[in-house]
Amino acid sequence: MESAVFLIASALSLVGGVGVVTARQPIHSALSLLVVLASLAVLYLLLLAEFLAVLQVILYAGAILVLFLFVIMLLHAHSPELHPSPKLGRSHTATAVISATLLFGLLAGAVLQALGGRVVAPPPPGFGSPEAVGRALFTAFLLPFELAGLLLLVGIVTGVVLGKAPERREAGRPEEGRPAREEVLTRGGRR
Amino acid sequence: MTVPPAAYVLLSTLLFVLGALGVLLRRTALIVFMSIELMLNSVNLAFLSFARMHADLSGQLVAFFVLVVAAVEVVVGLAILVDIFRTRDTVDVDEVDLLRG
Repeated sequence: MESAVFLIASALSLVGGVGVVTARQPIHSALSLLVVLASLAVLYLLLLAEFLAVLQVILYAGAILVLFLFVIMLLHAHSPELHPSPKLGRSHTATAVISATLLFGLLAGAVLQALGGRVVAPPPPGFGSPEAVGRALFTAFLLPFELAGLLLLVGIVTGVVLGKAPERREAGRPEEGRPAREEVLTRGGRR
Repeated sequence: MTVPPAAYVLLSTLLFVLGALGVLLRRTALIVFMSIELMLNSVNLAFLSFARMHADLSGQLVAFFVLVVAAVEVVVGLAILVDIFRTRDTVDVDEVDLLRG
């Protein structure tokens, strides 16, 4: 049973991963990424990480992916012919594939050597539940937890500052042929 | 647990290499970003399988922090991307080479 779920979820995640890398349109990459994230959430459940699985769905599939889709649509709305990634040189591609294969061989060799025939310790009751994770977060990991909160605040402020529309040089004097924001707003209201 | 932990870690290795390939092969900044997300997720899978293997919750906590950092990274990265697009009208990582020596 567990092996079947593992096989299906891992196959789906690999298919999605190939899709992320090879899709011609960014939007197809984003949807493939969604497949990867969902199947990884299933694998997290198999690994008894219930809380992380839920977070994965809410945070990644719910927030991060929506942000990706939003930016893709924003950029595509401005440039309909966002050229679908120009061809790379053959030597570049070959170098990338060879180095990636070597990296995989290295990592897989290390994993098999270190983990081959490893037995798994029986988990304590409640392993990976929100209660257990929350208890650890507020005791052993309190300082990193607070720092993560600070980091999120920095992220929010950065997002707001960077995402703001660029200000015009001379405030109050609209450029030629371009109505000021207030004008547009009042015109829209009168219509 | 019938699936050996090595299988999970091998899967995470494969996904990591796929993400690295995406970073090396694709020129659209958005897809490079998604490949980085793929790599972060594969590392999370490795952390969770190690946590399960040792029946130790610390691995799950580390994965939690990776998730938080990934969220912030995406927000800031995409904001920068939108800004670059506003000024240069492209998100091709080979075109944005003002700092090239």
